[in-house]
This record gives sequence, structure tokens and C-alpha cells, in this order.
Amino acid sequence: MNQLKLTSQKYKSDMAEIIQEEKAGGKKKAKKHAPHIDMTPMVDLMCLLITFFMLTTAFSKAKIMEINLPEKIKDKNVEPPKISASRTLNIVLGPNNKLYYYPGTVKPEDFNSLPPLQETDYSATGIRTLLLERNRALFKKIDDFKNQVVTGKIVMVPDSVQKSISKLKTDDDTGPIVLIKAYKKATYGNFVDILDEMNICGIARYTFVDIAWYEEKMVETAAGIASTITTPTAKK
Amino acid sequence: MPKIKLPTKSPHIDMTPMVDLFSVVLTFLMLTTTMRQPEPAPVDTPSSISEKPTPDFNTMTLLLSKDDKVFLNFDNGPDTLLAFRPKILSEMGKRYNIEFTEAELTEFKKYPSSIGVPILKMKEFLDTKDTKQRLAMETGVPIDSTDNQLADWIFCTRTVNPNVQACIKGDVKTGFEVVKRVLDIMADKNVFKFNLITTLESAKINLAEIQK
Repeated sequence: MNQLKLTSQKYKSDMAEIIQEEKAGGKKKAKKHAPHIDMTPMVDLMCLLITFFMLTTAFSKAKIMEINLPEKIKDKNVEPPKISASRTLNIVLGPNNKLYYYPGTVKPEDFNSLPPLQETDYSATGIRTLLLERNRALFKKIDDFKNQVVTGKIVMVPDSVQKSISKLKTDDDTGPIVLIKAYKKATYGNFVDILDEMNICGIARYTFVDIAWYEEKMVETAAGIASTITTPTAKK
Repeated sequence: MPKIKLPTKSPHIDMTPMVDLFSVVLTFLMLTTTMRQPEPAPVDTPSSISEKPTPDFNTMTLLLSKDDKVFLNFDNGPDTLLAFRPKILSEMGKRYNIEFTEAELTEFKKYPSSIGVPILKMKEFLDTKDTKQRLAMETGVPIDSTDNQLADWIFCTRTVNPNVQACIKGDVKTGFEVVKRVLDIMADKNVFKFNLITTLESAKINLAEIQK
């Protein structure tokens, strides 16, 4: 205890010496306290900036949805591939966010007795239920497969999971073949929505095709718009 | 027994190391962020369940605005030395017999946002510095069959950079006619693979309903 006191006294005397020396040597009066800047506001500001930057960087990356369109057949002699009518489902994007569909195919010859279009919507109870009902077998297969991967019954690298799912899709021969057509008054949002539904429902075969004149007519009849299509007599 | 003396000093934390650390993080974030550039037309992209991020390089972005204008944007490639943008512009200039100066090419290289200017006005566009005048000039890239500049742009881009991927960024309310026209032009140039830029949204599927 005594010794401690002694050393502290020694330090004090040392300090005093230094201060005295400074006083003796320098002409200006030395500061007694070290300058201390309060950094709290700076820290506050930096916290704010960091939060801002972190949030903006995380969300600035947009996502993409890939789509492959069928190649255009430029050679007139090549027939377009045949698809079975029983599996075909035509979806027509109508005006004012309306959505129409009809099964099978329609030939341009019977434009006088066109089948009526059924109306549905983009919601989960509309087109999604319809597609899932038709695509139940494949969807169940994909879902079971995904579940098995998640629960660890099948161990795979993510790349081959994707490959297996696309293999399931190509092997499928029960699901619908969806042909997407767009009436001219549809919007880009409708287009993306319907493609998104295809991805959600795991539809194996779908494509986007040009709308035929008789289908435009069908939409106009269904939506109650004055027809802008004159029946081309020369076309067959 | 002596009383224990409690220190009466007010607690004071030295914040200097914290400030140091924050400075480092802040500098890092500021350098790594890519600031979202203001687009010539506000676009509200539709949502999808896709989780694929947009590619950083080798993209050709077509911006389809609400009022049916088409704007184009390219990137300079994975290395700035490649400088795809000025090359595309000079290629385009050759097709339309327009000679672009070095300064104009640099301006085009640095231009951060989409451009929707007819090629004949491009020189004027790059020479002006006033943003308001520039905005007035952006009438969209012509896509009519008589003056199909979009097709030429696509052709030039693919000559300069064969690995380019087409991205389409459209507004929810963009009319389908213009989308169809753009898709047709692309198909004519043998581009069949597109990336549609969307925002992420999750979808719920009621499994019980399907398995009944």
C-alpha cells in the first residue's frame, strides 16, 4: 500500500516536471485537457447512411423471367407441328384484364359457328385452378419430387434438381398444351401474368402464338365490342 | 473496515474505433452499389415468381413505356475496355451515314440510362447538355415497317457483341400491340429467347385443393 502511494506520488511529480518544463520552454500556455470531439452525431449519421446503402443495394436487383418463343416458319412448304386437339387449351388475353379460354381447336372454315369463349380471371381461383386441374398429374409429380428433396429422401445438387424437374416436364404426356394468344387490347402486364401462371402451375408445354382473325372475332363477341374484323373470304 | 469508494467518473465510451469501422463499411457500400439510374420513362414492372437475377453484362434492354415508346439500353460489356456502346453507335452511324465524333462516342459510352432517340437526332442529342432539351428529344426508337430503326439497332448490337441477351422491361399498362411489334422485329432478327424483367412476388398454391 505504501509503495503504491509512493509510485503515484512519483508520477505526479514527474507530470509536474513536464508541465513545468513546457511552461518554461514554450511561450504559449499549454492546454490542460486533451481536445475531445463528441462523435455521437457522426456515428448517428453513418448508421443512417449504412442502413440506406444496405437497403438500396439489396433491392435494386431486378429479376428476370425467361421465355422462348417458337421460331417463325419462313419456308411455306414446312407444315407447322401437329398437336392433339384433346390436349389443347387456348387462352386468349382479352381487353380490360379479361381472360378467355376454349379447349380444342377451331378451324377457320367454321367461322359462322364459332364456339363460345369461357371467361375467367388472373386470380388464384380463376385460371390457376383451371390449369392445375388439367395439369394435376404432372404438378403432383413435381411437387412430390420437390418434397422428397426438401425432406432429404433424395440428395441432389440444385442443378440436377432443376434438370430432373425439366425431365419430368418433357416426359409428361397428360398435361395440357397451352396456346397463349393475345387480343390487341391486352397489356404487357397480362402477358407476364399468364406466363407466370404457367410457371406456377408447372405447365410443361406452352407457347405464345399469333392470334387468328376468327379468334379476335370470338373475343369481340364475348366482350361485346363492335367487331373490327371483316371476315376475310379469300383466307382459308 | 474501510468503505469501498465507488468511482464517480461518468461512463464515457470512446467511439473512435466505431467511427473507423463505420467509415470502412460505408466506403465499401458506396463503391459497390450501382445506383439506380433514372429512366426516361417511369416503368412499373409486373411481378412474377421468377428468382433469377438480371445478368450484369451482355444485355440489350428494351424499355417499353406506358405511352408505347421504345427505349434502348446496352452495357459496355464485362470489361470497360471492350466498350460495346460506342462501337454499336458507330456501327449504327455507318448504316445511316452519320459520322460521330470522338466526344459524342464518349458521351454515348457514359450515358447511364436508356435512350429513345431517332438516329437522325442522335448527334444533336449527344451534343446538348441540357436535360430538359434531351427529354424533349426522346420520342422513342422508331419501329414502323417503313423506318425500322429498332431492327438496325438489334442487328448492330449483335454484330458488335454476339453474346448479347435481349431483356424486355415493360410497364404493366403497356399496350400489347407494341409488345407484339417488338417481339416480331426480334423474331425477324432471329432472337427467340427473351428475358422479361419483373419484380419478385411469391405465389401460394393450395395443395389440398389439387389433390382431391
